[in-house]
Amino acid sequence: MNGPVLDLRQISKSYGDTRVLHSIDLTVTAGEMLAIVGPSGSGKSTMLNIMGTLDRPTSGSLSVAGHSVDHLSDDGLAELRALHIGFVFQHFHLAAGATAVENVADGLLYSGVERAERRRRAAEALERVGLSHRLTHRPPMLSGGEKQRVAIARAIVRNPSVLLADEPTGALDSASGANVLAVLRELNADGTTVVVITHDRDLAGALPRSVRMLDGHLSPAPLEPTGLPR
Amino acid sequence: MTAAKVNRIATGPRTGVRFGDLLRLGLFGLRTRPTRVLLSALGIAIGIAAMVAVVGLGSSSRAQLTGVLDRLGTNVLAVSPGKSLTGDTIPLPATAVGQVGRVPGVLESAGTGLVVGAHVYRTDKIPTLQTKGLDVRAAFGDLPGVLRARFVSGGWLREPGPSEAATAGSFGSPSEVVLGHGAATALGIDRVTGAERVWIGGSWWSVVGILEPLTLAPDLDSSAFVPVAAATSRLGFDGAPTQISARADPERLDGVRTLLPRAANPAVEAGATVSRPSDALEAQRASEASFTGLLLGLGLVALLVGGIGVANTMVITVLERRAEIGVRRALGARRRNIRDQFLIESLLLALLGGACGVVLGAVVTVIFAVAQGWPPTVPVWAVAGGLGSTVVIGGLSGIYPASRAASVPPTSALAAA
Ligand SMILES: Nc1ncnc2c1ncn2[C@@H]1O[C@H](COP(=O)(O)OP(=O)(O)OP(=O)(O)O)[C@@H](O)[C@H]1O
Ligand SMILES: [Mg+2]
Repeated sequence: MNGPVLDLRQISKSYGDTRVLHSIDLTVTAGEMLAIVGPSGSGKSTMLNIMGTLDRPTSGSLSVAGHSVDHLSDDGLAELRALHIGFVFQHFHLAAGATAVENVADGLLYSGVERAERRRRAAEALERVGLSHRLTHRPPMLSGGEKQRVAIARAIVRNPSVLLADEPTGALDSASGANVLAVLRELNADGTTVVVITHDRDLAGALPRSVRMLDGHLSPAPLEPTGLPR
Repeated sequence: MTAAKVNRIATGPRTGVRFGDLLRLGLFGLRTRPTRVLLSALGIAIGIAAMVAVVGLGSSSRAQLTGVLDRLGTNVLAVSPGKSLTGDTIPLPATAVGQVGRVPGVLESAGTGLVVGAHVYRTDKIPTLQTKGLDVRAAFGDLPGVLRARFVSGGWLREPGPSEAATAGSFGSPSEVVLGHGAATALGIDRVTGAERVWIGGSWWSVVGILEPLTLAPDLDSSAFVPVAAATSRLGFDGAPTQISARADPERLDGVRTLLPRAANPAVEAGATVSRPSDALEAQRASEASFTGLLLGLGLVALLVGGIGVANTMVITVLERRAEIGVRRALGARRRNIRDQFLIESLLLALLGGACGVVLGAVVTVIFAVAQGWPPTVPVWAVAGGLGSTVVIGGLSGIYPASRAASVPPTSALAAA
């Protein structure tokens, strides 16, 4: 259970001449919940994209759930994501015309699962995020926090090896945000590995592990209230 | 991690997204943008409707013509007076109709002779010069029988018995007249009750029949037909037929055709010419076919424009849905899954237009055909062709947007606000 789910070795990323990530080394072990904090533009999202194989590093190597992804084709990466990685986005990105169950069931669309089974598992996932009473609601009828919980259900419906969340509370008021974070922590308590980018110092402080990103460098330093601009 | 997961990555391609799921995605994509979808499907619909209607109306009118030819037969030959080298008409002898009827292979024959100088008027008060272009013809034999003509009302001239023939010209006994369809319309007579009379050559004639249009002899539609004896005695008819129709044994048509000129006018070389009226109808059918080709070309242009509309709509859709595409890539969609999704959506969009177009085209065909009195016919191949070309258009229009969609980077979900 405690093998590395994510293993980043000397990961660098440049856009043209601009170096955004500088030789990042980071290991995320199964079952842990890791917070990534840091000021805007420091490279947090870039790193999360690379961890989630949405983007390729300029150099360095990455393995996900024991697979080296450096030489995987585009299709191979897609399959890896389908099997191992769940994403939660700041802006939910739900289909407005589809119900909560349909949105969550889409999480299994590319994993070769039958439609009836997809819906069954979607309902289960919604129950896990506390939305079993909202199965047939469409996103416009849901609160922000509920939308994000639907999005989380979509990410975990495949039982991914790791859940990656980029500022999942960034578009929410603080009460909804706290609620969403509570859901993430429950999932983690149930065994899901979670990596979350957050501006929430309280959350980051409450987690057993957090890392700080600054100008493309990663420091494992624990948080202290230094008054850095957020 | 489980061994199953490891193996799946190692073994590569997994079965992709099911076709049913792609259809559902495509329909969902269309449903979320109904206005735009309807507008761009409209272009396709108009093109397909135009093509289906053109083909449908063409075949409806052909079906009508075929029905007419089946009823009338293609074995009627028309004999008319020949022309001399100087261009003068060589009159046929008075016996020509009977001679033609005796040619082996001729089943029945009839004819008419133009009564020069005679005209038909509604009443005796009409000025003589207002002829309305209507002429008077002496009728030899059962003309409607040979031409398979039907009557709007009434019937043909009675064959005069020997005693009647002798007294037909006598003063005071009104003779009978049958009106061609055009003549009846021009005179304002639409049915025969026994009381209708017309004024010809200074006396009253009672109308006994009104013909339907003579498809095999349209020249005769604006004529009034009178018995030969009456025409001779009361209108000064010279006795020469100016037009003969002969129905021949279909097997011997060609042989009959070569014999007819000599039989009609034995005294003069090339004293008569023979034609086959159904040939003109066939020619009309052929010219309609070429007209159809032109209209089909126009429909094709409309379809092409419609296809460009679909492509345009799809490109915009892809631009707007970058975040959705990013999410799907993050959920594990491969490029080809995305490409297929947008290709299917484009196909469905075009097909929607095509289906509406087929229905619209069929409705237009039925309305117009019924209004023209044609049997409404929408060929299956036109429907299949319409839908088939829609699929091709949708596919072609979808290729570029779908490949654009497939190349949207997976990071787009995070990048998009
Ligand atoms: N596609 C790109 N092309 C060029 N530069 C980029 C691109 N994506 C990101 N960058 C740059 O990389 C740097 C890091 O961006 P990133 O989005 O990772 O920051 P972040 O830490 O997530 O910031 P925030 O907290 O505002 O989300 C920024 O300076 C940004 O301008
Ligand atoms: Mg960011």
